[in-house]
Amino acid sequence: MTPRLRRGVRLTYDRTRRTHVLLFPEGVLVPNATAAAVLELCDGERTVPDIAASLGERYAGVRESDVGDVLARLVDRQVVEWA
Amino acid sequence: MGVTEEVRPPLGMLAELTHRCPLHCPYCSNPVELVTRERELGTEEWCSVLDQARDLGVLQVHLSGGEPLARPDLPELVTRASGLGCYVSLVTSGLGLTEARLADLVDRGLAHVQLSVQGADAARANLLAGAKAHDHKLTAAALVKRFELPLSVNVVLHRANHDQLEGMIALAERMGADRLELANTQFYGWALRNRDALLPTREQLAAAEPVVRAAMERLKGTMQVVYVLSDYYEQYPKPCMSGWGAQQLTVAPDGTVLPCPAATAITTLPLENVRDRPLAEIWYDSESFNAYRGEDWMREPCRTCERRTVDFGGCRCQAFQLTGDAAATDPVCRRSPDRGLVDVLLEAPRGSGEFVMRGVR
Ligand code: SF4
Ligand code: SF4
Repeated sequence: MTPRLRRGVRLTYDRTRRTHVLLFPEGVLVPNATAAAVLELCDGERTVPDIAASLGERYAGVRESDVGDVLARLVDRQVVEWA
Repeated sequence: MGVTEEVRPPLGMLAELTHRCPLHCPYCSNPVELVTRERELGTEEWCSVLDQARDLGVLQVHLSGGEPLARPDLPELVTRASGLGCYVSLVTSGLGLTEARLADLVDRGLAHVQLSVQGADAARANLLAGAKAHDHKLTAAALVKRFELPLSVNVVLHRANHDQLEGMIALAERMGADRLELANTQFYGWALRNRDALLPTREQLAAAEPVVRAAMERLKGTMQVVYVLSDYYEQYPKPCMSGWGAQQLTVAPDGTVLPCPAATAITTLPLENVRDRPLAEIWYDSESFNAYRGEDWMREPCRTCERRTVDFGGCRCQAFQLTGDAAATDPVCRRSPDRGLVDVLLEAPRGSGEFVMRGVR
């Protein structure tokens, strides 16, 4: 199972607010730093262990279960789906 | 403004590129006096508006009208807005959306298409649009799906199409819509003159409720269904966006900057134009944007009402249209001393149901 952004959802960096934003029809979500880091790796190719491993190269103490939790919340908000 | 609140940057801009439109919908909420082609902003001016909007914080850009496809420079404007990092939606009747045009717009970064639907079948839909439009919409929807863009279908509900509600929901499903907005007519601009003919009956609204609820339930996860109530029949008004001058702005075809899409209805509001003043100044400092920001402008009963953070005192345009005072409590509110004005309208015997199609004036 590989997570990816749902069709029509885009992740960009907003210079005005200095934060990543998720844009989709009729909506804007501001992911926190962790969620943004995970979202950047949701390309429909990487698995959850891949994402955790790649985050582990940048941050200390990244656990697969944490990545899973973040993803579950993003799936709930209908911005991420499982490919 | 209260001392504790600061004005935040806007999130969304409705860019009304032109008032020209191939349809003649009787419920059109654009003003009775339309901006003529000669007074429309040029390409450079729109590009500057987009740049300024993004600098100001705008992330969602709705390219609308009239029919935005009537502007030959639409592709350039899509390139500009998406290049700035905005999420670009096209709000269209579908007329003129050919495969070649859509392919080009998608290439340039168009993210989402919002398509209007007037009825469940060609006969009714064309009658209500005042044009042979229905088949073009089916084609447009299929194209949007083929290019894998999210598709929103927008239906304005009124007395002359409420009976086709189920059919229109089914149509949106067949079109593969990701989102369906079913909005009872709001009476601004041209629609106001047709109010008597367009206002749904109590029976129609009662019949619609279970249909909408069932659709929401059944389509959960596949198609998001949004229902906008007919506020005259409600106890409390609709919320005014997320608050006046809080998150949204509208730029009319001639560059007039509006705090709300219908704000030209408030003839006492001194509106400003991007041709005369930078967008950021208009957003932060203009009289029109500050007029109903926050809560300081409110009077009783809104001032001390617990719902003021939910509905922001209701609609300023409606308050002005019905009472002549834009700072009054929305007369739809049962706590408003002017609620009688709405009740009279609801109780009045209904006319023939004949409406005037949208014309140039
Ligand atoms: S009194 Fe004002 S704030 Fe309270 S519900 Fe009515 S319109 Fe809304
Ligand atoms: S003033 Fe009225 S029409 Fe305008 S955004 Fe607010 S509620 Fe809508």
